[in-house]
Amino acid sequence: MAETNGHSQANGQHVVGTRTVRPDGMDKVTGRARFGADFNLPGQLIGRVLRSPHPHARIVSIDTSKAEALPGVKAVITRDDFGDQPSEFIPAGEMMMNYKDVVRNVMAREKALYEGHAVAAVAATSTAIARRALKLIEVKYEVLPHVIDVVEAMQPGAPLLHDDLFTAGVEPKPEKPSNIAKRVEIKQGDVEAGFKTADIIIEREFKTAPVHQGYIEPHAALASFSEDGSAELWTTTQGHYIVRAHCARLLGLDMGKVRVTATEIGGGFGGKTVVYLEPLAIALSKKAKRPVKMVMSREEVFKSSGPTSGATVRVKMGATKSGKFVAAFAELKYQAGAFQGSPVQPGVMCAYAPYDIENVHVIGYDVVSNRPKVAAYRAPGAPISEYAVESVVDEIAKKLDIDPIDLRMQNAAHEGTKAAYGPKFGPIGLEETLNAIKKTEHWNAPLRKWQGRGVASGFWFNIGGETCVSLTVNEDGTVSLMAGTPDIGGLRASLAAVAADELGVPYDKVRPIIGDTGSLGFNFLTGGSRSAFSGSMAIVEAAKLIKADLCARACKLWEAKPDQVEFSEGHVRPLGALAEKVKPMSVADFAKVAGKTGGPIGGLGRINAQGAGPSFGTHLVDLEVDPETGRTTILRYTVAQDAGRALHPAYVEGQYQGGAVQGIGWALNEEYVYGADGKLQNAGFLDYRMPVASDVPMIDAILVEVANPKHPYGVRGVGETPIVPPLGAIANAMEAATGIRFTELPMSPPKVLKALKEKEKAAKA
Amino acid sequence: MARVVLIGNLAQLTGGVAELEVPAASVKQLFERLAELHPALAPHLEDGLAVAIDGQIYQDSLLEPIGERSEVYLLPKIAGGVGP
Repeated sequence: MAETNGHSQANGQHVVGTRTVRPDGMDKVTGRARFGADFNLPGQLIGRVLRSPHPHARIVSIDTSKAEALPGVKAVITRDDFGDQPSEFIPAGEMMMNYKDVVRNVMAREKALYEGHAVAAVAATSTAIARRALKLIEVKYEVLPHVIDVVEAMQPGAPLLHDDLFTAGVEPKPEKPSNIAKRVEIKQGDVEAGFKTADIIIEREFKTAPVHQGYIEPHAALASFSEDGSAELWTTTQGHYIVRAHCARLLGLDMGKVRVTATEIGGGFGGKTVVYLEPLAIALSKKAKRPVKMVMSREEVFKSSGPTSGATVRVKMGATKSGKFVAAFAELKYQAGAFQGSPVQPGVMCAYAPYDIENVHVIGYDVVSNRPKVAAYRAPGAPISEYAVESVVDEIAKKLDIDPIDLRMQNAAHEGTKAAYGPKFGPIGLEETLNAIKKTEHWNAPLRKWQGRGVASGFWFNIGGETCVSLTVNEDGTVSLMAGTPDIGGLRASLAAVAADELGVPYDKVRPIIGDTGSLGFNFLTGGSRSAFSGSMAIVEAAKLIKADLCARACKLWEAKPDQVEFSEGHVRPLGALAEKVKPMSVADFAKVAGKTGGPIGGLGRINAQGAGPSFGTHLVDLEVDPETGRTTILRYTVAQDAGRALHPAYVEGQYQGGAVQGIGWALNEEYVYGADGKLQNAGFLDYRMPVASDVPMIDAILVEVANPKHPYGVRGVGETPIVPPLGAIANAMEAATGIRFTELPMSPPKVLKALKEKEKAAKA
Repeated sequence: MARVVLIGNLAQLTGGVAELEVPAASVKQLFERLAELHPALAPHLEDGLAVAIDGQIYQDSLLEPIGERSEVYLLPKIAGGVGP
């Protein structure tokens, strides 16, 4: 077990760092676990959404009278049921939101801005009646020209989505509106001077397709609005406090009157950090005076919920003959979808974060186009920019005939490196992940013809944020643990392990649950790789309160002074001469006399967690290309990533494996395919090709542990970094297998086959 | 006095000043001084920015102490998600 800032070992037991049974595992494998669509209420109605068939159209009128007259229809809502919001960025939870955009995204107002944009919704006594009602709603559209591609959307004559959108971040302020919402940049050193000292300069342009998070569970919400003005909501979300904030704001409700319960969640990956159905379900329930249940179809998920950006990235890097990176430039153009807010800012900041480069300049553009508004997707923005950079790094290694791991090691960021985005790094583990990969048997395993090997590194910041948890010692000495961040990838097991170690209680005596918004103080959402990091810090705080309370009770029972007792290894222990008079008391011993010594035993951990340590990873992949079909098979894959300290190694490995598999899909097959009419052609898993178990080998996971000094156990967030390196690693392996540098994602069979034929033709010519 | 560096587009709000020295013992004091010196920066300080103090990034942490010789970077806030 790693030495990690003094915790765990001090209490004499070591649950942290072991592969404990998952508290939610049994219910998930038996089907008892209740996800969003599993919740029902007596008398509930079924809600359905009418969506725009056009990618861009002015809404001239909406006539709902025929739908409202249909027997069984209890409520119909449109834009008229939501008050408009001012255009200003205001804090919502810990995010800045422009509610003028939010209210228009949940229900179109002046215009439908993408195919699938909600235009009206109904609540009826059955799904069949709800569907019939949707067909009776008459919407008059004035169809407008549309634009999907990011570069086309930036052109001066492109169809304009918002006539009040003026590019921010440029001087002087533009006089005309455009689809470019924002220009951002980071700059350090003198890039032009740096390029002059380079012996080799490589410049390439890359394009990545828009992709979806691909969570298996569709969006679902069940709302019940009471006559007293309060609302209850059950929804599949990464942050029920954020859902509460959005719904309260959009519907003019007091937050205290909106109680949101996060159901079990079947994947989110950032896509469930926003609201779609939730405010509609509450509005319908209010109007119908009955509970309303809404569940998206898979087609709706693809057409109407948060994909991530498609992008164009230009990268230019200069290096000396010895391999030292001396200058780096990049220009990023990211689709935001229908409303501003692409992840281009973190894309800009992450692009060169893995490397120690004196001269860096990165520019980014946030561009709206007629697609669903993008939502966060695992390390938002980073996979795109780092894919482009890692591809060029690989090319530099080949041109200079330097081992690609050695080249990365030579330039790797380490403790004290000034990050390209400004501050200096504390202790980080990039070099350790490179070393770990190089030591694997995988690195030197033989390859055959049409097989290739690629390596790439990746970075994500990680965050902390507001977190509130409770620990309650029950009458029998067991412990109830309540957290307020939905458990997507191991939160309950991780927090239970920390609570067990802190209180010296057996792991199986700690029962973790996720509380609703009425049960705990504000919790920011599960995202930014924060929940286990922040939650475990809050558990330590809650446990401190309990331990102090138990020591105080012991002093009273034993008629002792505070310095005559201490808490260690799950017991309050008498010290010195007192040890000969009384016996240590365990947490369970105190539970038995809780009522007689002051009442219930518990602690509330309330923090705004700071000190999130960045996580770096390096991935190694072998693949084989079939020259007859262009199909690529992943043969072998190894991930090494710095976890700081793995609270639950199996869950951490699962994060590494899951991120790698999502990256494989992004690199090889996944893409939104639009027709010339601006409509999505592949809104289903048959045509939107995500990897399934039979497509990928077992992903080998190496846990690197460079303790984060700001966390009591040394923890770093781990969930997002693993999706960053796969795109570059696979592109580099493709180059090794085929001799072709692919600069467009996905590298799907038709594209690969076309490139192979062009190469063959060029060779013959 | 702490050395303060503005990252990215922030210098557009300070008339091009990207580095300055500010007497401040906490993030709250830093924001107050910066708002006095550069009013255009004021609306962005408390909610839109993260602060890196001697390499460590803090978000929404007004009471965080700043040392006499600290190096402070103001940078865009890192979010778990982007809205709407």
